[in-house]
Amino acid sequence: MTNKKQDLIDQDLQDLNNDGVDRRGFLKCMAWAGTGLVWTMSGGIPASRAFGKIYGKDKDSGESGDFTFVQISDSHIGFNKPANPDVTATLQTAIHKIDAMPQKPDFIIHTGDLSQLSKPSEFDTLDQALKGAAAKQIYFVPGEHDMLSDNGAEYLQRFGKGTQGSGWYSFDHKGVHFVGLVNVANLKAGGMGSLGHEQLEWLEKDVKGHSASTPIVLFAHIPLWTIYPEWGWGTDDSEQALSYVKRFGSVTVLNGHIHQIMQKVEGKVSFHTAMSTAFPQPAPGTAPSAGPMKVPADQLQHVLGITDVNYLVSARSLAVVDSPLADSTP
Amino acid sequence: MTKKTLRFASLPVPVLIALLLLFSGSRSVEANDQTNNQTKDQPSSASAEVAIDNFSFGPQTLTVPVGATVTWTNRDDIPHTVVSTDGVFKSKVRDTDEKFSYTFTKAGTYPYFCSVHPKMTGKVVVQ
Repeated sequence: MTNKKQDLIDQDLQDLNNDGVDRRGFLKCMAWAGTGLVWTMSGGIPASRAFGKIYGKDKDSGESGDFTFVQISDSHIGFNKPANPDVTATLQTAIHKIDAMPQKPDFIIHTGDLSQLSKPSEFDTLDQALKGAAAKQIYFVPGEHDMLSDNGAEYLQRFGKGTQGSGWYSFDHKGVHFVGLVNVANLKAGGMGSLGHEQLEWLEKDVKGHSASTPIVLFAHIPLWTIYPEWGWGTDDSEQALSYVKRFGSVTVLNGHIHQIMQKVEGKVSFHTAMSTAFPQPAPGTAPSAGPMKVPADQLQHVLGITDVNYLVSARSLAVVDSPLADSTP
Repeated sequence: MTKKTLRFASLPVPVLIALLLLFSGSRSVEANDQTNNQTKDQPSSASAEVAIDNFSFGPQTLTVPVGATVTWTNRDDIPHTVVSTDGVFKSKVRDTDEKFSYTFTKAGTYPYFCSVHPKMTGKVVVQ
């Protein structure tokens, strides 16, 4: 079992540079994730355990510091083309799935592209849908689709309280330090995502005071590592940001934007992108462009999904589990 | 009233009618030219099209004469913008099938990009 998983990691890492995760491999990962295998990062080395143990009756579980949170991304409320004519419905499905989880998440993180066109009506619809979620605390970072009106004025007015600049901020939760970054503002021609000087200066100061044993979670819309520059899937100045968290024992980077799962482990930093709740996009280089990918109707719920992240105090690690909207539990 | 006008008024009616018909004929020719034009002002400005498709501008480099109007049409399922890198023009966000037009009154090279997907770049050369 471990060899198979190691093979899959190697395949992922290789494919990032070659022809991308092919569709069969992608779906294999989806089925695998759906069976509830949990990856944990412990001292930078991934290890897996069966899902049951996390919530089971071990002496390690149930400590006050343990918690889970859920990442959703790319809801694109307002999108209504063939790839998914009803993105609000699939968002509702995602919310129901979160509410049905055996362990209630402490909060939800939305990694951007809340709306399709930054319209007030789209943000309203999103608000309404999220009101139905059991988890009342939701953290956001904007995607490029949320910046379409006056550099994100509408987004900031609704979701930017307590943030700085284009909407960055940090918070602590049960000993874990979370940082929401914005890499979709002031984008330069020919470039990819961009954090900018002001935000980088803020980030350096923000993480300075924390001990190296504090687990760090960075979340931003566009991937903070270079996945496919031809399609803008990367952040021009992310290296500098990552240098500020180099000394920490556990760093988890959560991103969206690409509407598919990609993962990378580099030392003590694990990078992870989430599925969209709206529509899938092609694997790098497998289509003329990164646009919405139409799949057969019965496949749609298998390529949309949510990400469950479990923090275990005893292991001081975060376990990231993706699951598609389609219920694949036997 | 000048002498010229008086003389005009004193032409026989059939001649006046003939003159009227002559003028109305040439006006409708002008109207036809106008309907073929993208602009409302000058009757013979050039116009050119750029298609936004698959996250790219086509043609990526477009050459037009001074005074031409360029119209960008978004054919993608995703919204885009058309933004000059030198601050000369900036479209609102354009969703599928929406258009943006700009009339280039000065010669020069105008690089632009999509501010939502900055890898998308293009250029209009006006000469």
